[in-house]
Amino acid sequence: MFRRERSIPLRGSAAALCNNLSVLQLPSRNLTHFGVVHGPSAQLVSAAPEGVPLAQRQLHAKEGAGVSPPLITQVHWCVLPFRVLLVLTSHRGIQMYESDGSVMVYWHALDSGDASPGTWSGQILVFDIPAKGPNIVLSEELAGHQTPVTDIATEPAQGQDYVADMVTADDSGLLCVWRSGPEFKLLTRIPGFGVPCPSVQLWHGTVAAGYGDGQVRLYEASTGTLHVQISAHARAICALDLAPEAGKLLSAAEDTFVHIWKLSRSPESGYTEVEHCHGECVPDTQVCGARFCDPSGSSFAVTGYDLAEILRFSSV
Amino acid sequence: MSVRTLPLLFLNLGGEMLYILDQRLRAQNIPGDKARKDEWTEVDRKRVLHDIISTMFNRKFMEELFKPQELYSKKALRTVYDRLAHASIMRLNQASMDKLYDLMTMAFKHQVLLCPRPKDVLLVTFNHLDAIKGFIQDSPAILHQVEEIFRQLTEVKCFFLLCLWQTYGGLSAGEFQLIRQTLLTFFQDLHIRVSLFLKDKVQNSNGRFVLPVSGPVPWGTEVPGLIRMFDSKGKEVKKVEFKHGGNYVTAPKEGSFELYGDRVLKLGTNMYSVNRPVETHMSGASKNLAPRTQENIAPNPLAKEELNFLARLMGGMEIKKPSGPEPGFRLNLFTTDEEEEQAALTRPEELSYEVINIQATQDQQRNEELARIMGELEVTDQPRQSASKGDDLLAMMDGL
Repeated sequence: MFRRERSIPLRGSAAALCNNLSVLQLPSRNLTHFGVVHGPSAQLVSAAPEGVPLAQRQLHAKEGAGVSPPLITQVHWCVLPFRVLLVLTSHRGIQMYESDGSVMVYWHALDSGDASPGTWSGQILVFDIPAKGPNIVLSEELAGHQTPVTDIATEPAQGQDYVADMVTADDSGLLCVWRSGPEFKLLTRIPGFGVPCPSVQLWHGTVAAGYGDGQVRLYEASTGTLHVQISAHARAICALDLAPEAGKLLSAAEDTFVHIWKLSRSPESGYTEVEHCHGECVPDTQVCGARFCDPSGSSFAVTGYDLAEILRFSSV
Repeated sequence: MSVRTLPLLFLNLGGEMLYILDQRLRAQNIPGDKARKDEWTEVDRKRVLHDIISTMFNRKFMEELFKPQELYSKKALRTVYDRLAHASIMRLNQASMDKLYDLMTMAFKHQVLLCPRPKDVLLVTFNHLDAIKGFIQDSPAILHQVEEIFRQLTEVKCFFLLCLWQTYGGLSAGEFQLIRQTLLTFFQDLHIRVSLFLKDKVQNSNGRFVLPVSGPVPWGTEVPGLIRMFDSKGKEVKKVEFKHGGNYVTAPKEGSFELYGDRVLKLGTNMYSVNRPVETHMSGASKNLAPRTQENIAPNPLAKEELNFLARLMGGMEIKKPSGPEPGFRLNLFTTDEEEEQAALTRPEELSYEVINIQATQDQQRNEELARIMGELEVTDQPRQSASKGDDLLAMMDGL
C-alpha cells in the first residue's frame, strides 16, 4: 500500500514530454533533487525527506534563431562513478552542468538543419567525461537507429553474466543493445512492432521496454528473446524506472496510472518473471514522468502534463 | 517539435469556430419575413458560414498553411481567426472574439487530450471536415452564391485533400505522437472553465479535464490486466492476471480514415445546440496560471518571424469587403450587450489577446509585401463543366 505524501510545488507546469521527471537521490545529505521540463525552461527543486522544498533553480536552453525560445526536450542527472552531471537537451544541442545546475561545464551544438541531427537522426553521441572540470570530449557517434532516439538506459558492467551495458530505444520501437568499451559494440537489435518505445530500462541483463500501445515487454538483452509481455496500460507509456536493489520496475502512462512490478529470475528455469505489486491512479492527470525516490523502491514521484507540482507517494 | 502541426491546429480550431458561430446565429435567428433590417435571418446565417468556409479553403491560403513550419503562439494564431471571423458581414466585438477563441481552444484541447491514439487526431479533423460539408448543403435562397463556393471548393477540394494526404498519409505512430506533444505544448496552462463542459462533467471545477478510466481501449491496444511469460523458444509458460484499476473493454472497430466513413470517435463532432448556450468563466484563472515566461510579457506581442508568417498566411486569405450599402451585422457571443461590456472590463490581464492590426506595422517593406500579395490574388478560374443549377449540391461537391 502506498499513501500520498506532500506535493512539491513547481513554478511552471510539466510539459507533455516522455520521461519528464529526473530524480537525484542524495541520502548522505538528506536531500533529493527533482528535475522537470516546463517548456522553454527546466526547473530544478531540492527537497528534504518530508518533501519540504528547500531550493529552486530554472535553466533555459541556449537561445538561437527561430520563431520562439527553444524548447527543452529532457533534463536528466547522469550518475557516473566519480561525478554527477546534469544534462539538458534541446533542439539546439546538449548542455551539461554540475549536478546542482549552478555551472554549465559543456555545450555541444547540434547542426541547425531542420529538426536537429544528433539524436533526432537516430545517432547516439558518446562523450568522454573527465573526473573534474569542463574538458568533455565527443568521442564516438553510434549509428544504430534510423528514427529519433527516445531513451537510453545503462547498467554497470557486471562481469561475465551481464555483457550488455547499454540499451537505446527509438520512435519506431526498435531497441539496440550495446556493450561499452574503448568503442561501443552493437550486440543485439530488437525490432519494434509499429509503435514508439518512449522508455527503456536495463536490469541484470534484462531489457524492460515501455511502448506507445501500453505494453511493457522484458527481453533477454544478449539475445533479444522476449520473456515477458504485460498488457500494462490503456494508453501510451511515458516513463519507466528501476529500483535496482529491490528489482522493482515502475511504469507510468497517459492513462493516469502508475504501476509497480517485481522482477525476478526463476531459480529453476532462469527465466525472468514479473509480479504486479501496486497500481496507483492519479485522477485526471496525463502522467508524463515518474521515478523511484529511493533505491529500494519504497517511494516514488510523479509529474503530469499541465500540473504545477510533483506528486509523491510512499509505502506504508 | 513537429513542423506538421499547423494545418491540424488550424482546421480543427476553425471547425469549432464554425460550430459556435452556427449555434449563436441560430439562437439569434429571426424568421426571414418577420426580421427587421438589423436582425439575423437563416439566410444571413448560411451566408456567414459560407463566407468563412470559402476563405478557410482558399487555395493560396492552404498552400501557406501546409508548408512545414513551427507552431506560432496563441496570440499570433488568434489574429488569423480574428480576420477569418470577419470574412463575412458579421462583426464581433473584442470581448466576443475573446470568448469565441477561448471556447475554440478549450474544445480542441479537450479533443486532443482524449484522443485514444495520437493518430486519432486525424479522425477528429475528419469529424470537423464532415460537419463543414454539412454547413454548405442546399440552401435555395442563396443558391447561386453557394454554387460559386462549391465550384471553387471542388477545385480546391482536390488540392486540399492532396495536401492532407501528402502531409499525414505516411506518418508513423512516433511522428503522430510528436504532433500530439506539439499540440499539447500549444495548449499548456490553459484552464478556462466552460459551462457546457462543467455541466457535462467533462471538465472539473478547477478547469482540468476529466480523463475517464473506463470505456474502449484504443484500437491496437490490449485491455490491461495480463502478464504473459515465455521460454526461450517463444512458448508461453505462464499467464497471470492482475488488477489494473480501470474498467476498460476492447475497441469495437477502427475509425475510418477514408474520404467517407464511420469515424467511430465522437470527438470533434458538434456538441453545441440552440438550447445549450455556452459561457466561459474566468474566475480562479490567476491562481491556476503559472507565471508567464519572458515571451508573453514582452511589450511587442509578436516576434518578427510571427509577423512575417501572418503576412504570408493572411496574404492568402481573400477577405471580401462588404459591398454596397449592407451594414456589418454584429454578433454577440454573450446573452446581452451589458454582459459583453462587463466581460471586456473584467478579463484578467494574463488572458488578454492584443489585437494586431497588421496594416499598422511600422515596417514599410512588410506592408508593401503584403499589399503585393493581396494584389496578386485576383482569382482567375477556369469555368468547370459542372452540373446544372438544379443538381443536388452535395453531389456537386463529390463529383469533379
